[in-house]
Amino acid sequence: MSAVTARPSPLRGDFIKLAAVALAGLAALVLFPNDLGLMTRIASSAFLVVSLDLVTGYAGIATLGQAALFGLGAYAAANANLAGLGEPILMVAVGGLAGAVAGLIFGAVVLRSRGLAQLVLTIALVQLVHEAANKLSDITGGSDGLSGIDVAPILGAFRFDLYGRTGFVFALVLLLATLAVLSVIVRSPFGLKLRAIGRDPGRVRTLGAAVMPALLVTFTLSGAVAGMGGAIEAISTGVVGLDSVSFERSAMALVMLVLGGSGSLYGAVAGTAVFMGLESIISAANPFHWLIIVGVLLIVVVLFVPRGLTSLAGDVRRLLAIFGLRRDKR
Amino acid sequence: MAAEGLQVTGLVAGWGDTVIVEDVSFDVPAGGRLAVLGRNGVGKTTLFSALTGIARRRSGSIILGETDLTRTRTFERALSGLGLVPQTRDIFRSLTVEENLLAGLKRRPRSALAEAYQLFPRLAERRSNQGEHLSGGEQQMLSIARAILGEPTCLLLDEPLEGLAPVICDQLMTALDALALSGRMTIVLIEQQIRRAIDFADWIIILERGRIVWSGEADELNASPETIERTLGVAAMH
Repeated sequence: MSAVTARPSPLRGDFIKLAAVALAGLAALVLFPNDLGLMTRIASSAFLVVSLDLVTGYAGIATLGQAALFGLGAYAAANANLAGLGEPILMVAVGGLAGAVAGLIFGAVVLRSRGLAQLVLTIALVQLVHEAANKLSDITGGSDGLSGIDVAPILGAFRFDLYGRTGFVFALVLLLATLAVLSVIVRSPFGLKLRAIGRDPGRVRTLGAAVMPALLVTFTLSGAVAGMGGAIEAISTGVVGLDSVSFERSAMALVMLVLGGSGSLYGAVAGTAVFMGLESIISAANPFHWLIIVGVLLIVVVLFVPRGLTSLAGDVRRLLAIFGLRRDKR
Repeated sequence: MAAEGLQVTGLVAGWGDTVIVEDVSFDVPAGGRLAVLGRNGVGKTTLFSALTGIARRRSGSIILGETDLTRTRTFERALSGLGLVPQTRDIFRSLTVEENLLAGLKRRPRSALAEAYQLFPRLAERRSNQGEHLSGGEQQMLSIARAILGEPTCLLLDEPLEGLAPVICDQLMTALDALALSGRMTIVLIEQQIRRAIDFADWIIILERGRIVWSGEADELNASPETIERTLGVAAMH
């Protein structure tokens, strides 16, 4: 007889995780008032990693070019601002729209191939976008980056302060709202189809579902989320540089996703927070060898917790059930 | 939905440049039961792959009821009513039983899941369990239940009894009998358990090297042990 395991109610679980992210954010606001810049970067990067999770963790398509969508959202929001759009919420909308359009195009190209060739295509695309951003200095500021972003108070009421409080709360609220919407989407029939496609697209076709349109929608949605993250970073830092569309950034996003656990929105957020938090602490403690320490840590996680840090919660639950400390549901 | 007949004419198909299925023709009337028999590697699974649009068709036609499926894509064939229970079961191992079933619903309401649980009560008990935690028999039940939830008018079953204990085989064959008797679907069965296949089917075709070498009524084959021995081998008789 095989083992009997079960999942808790999905919606209740999502609500608890969303509440945990909100609480962690509020705790960061109180406990680390001098590091709110870092916290805001974590929040904006979480958009990138969550967007990558939609494509890679859910739909099963490995990509190393996700930062292209993030960066294009950042450049779009920055250019909109320089053209006179000061309202931060509208800037994020512009970033999301730019990311969605870029995601649709990105998907249309990438989905023409499969496997390793597909992965190479994603690298080629991010390099193309990076090079284009370098050359089109009138729009992007080239290697100097795009600066001079002047953001109006949110809804005309909440001014961005020097300590980064408003910026962090703005990023956190948008992240929570995005996670709530995405939680509903991944639990919907569309999300179920997406997870099934990620595991076996051929089987999904024999069950009567078209795979390509679902993947294109996913790339578009993923682009919108990444673009929003880019816009938030542009708003909070006041500058957009070439690093926002770099291959390195894409690769780091994948590392954060693997660290937290792919196929889970909250794993993506946890991976981002843990990686960037450790990066900050270790690089401050040892500025010369911090990458080695981070590298070793990642190897340990991949070898011993291959499903990511968030899978540890499930392992603890199973252990508790084995020792009779927790009722295992059917 | 009522069962629809499946008409296959001159089907030639294979993988890449390799032809596996050669000039296969058969006609199953609506609600009929056809068993496809043959030794390992004669092209039975490739025949199903060609019918569902997975393998490359070179010539021939496939008509389900009034619908010509010949040039349609895999998902369109499924939407037209052609269901498949693959040999490898292919359940989504990281999804729960219920999520696997939901994936097969097409556009039907969630309440339709009751049909699957009625056919296989064991699945109702295991609805929150992930696919990877099911036994082989339960996985097969899940694969069949997921296919029938899409209301196929013709169901293709590829070796559903492979690797299962006799008692589970009995349960599955009872369920398949119930499905066939419901008049909702035509059933085409590939099976290595020759006795069970002959008992289940109305008609039989036997493949050898991708071609049909014998076809006729199940009773006719049952009465001809020499045909069974010549085309399938004595060792294949259960």
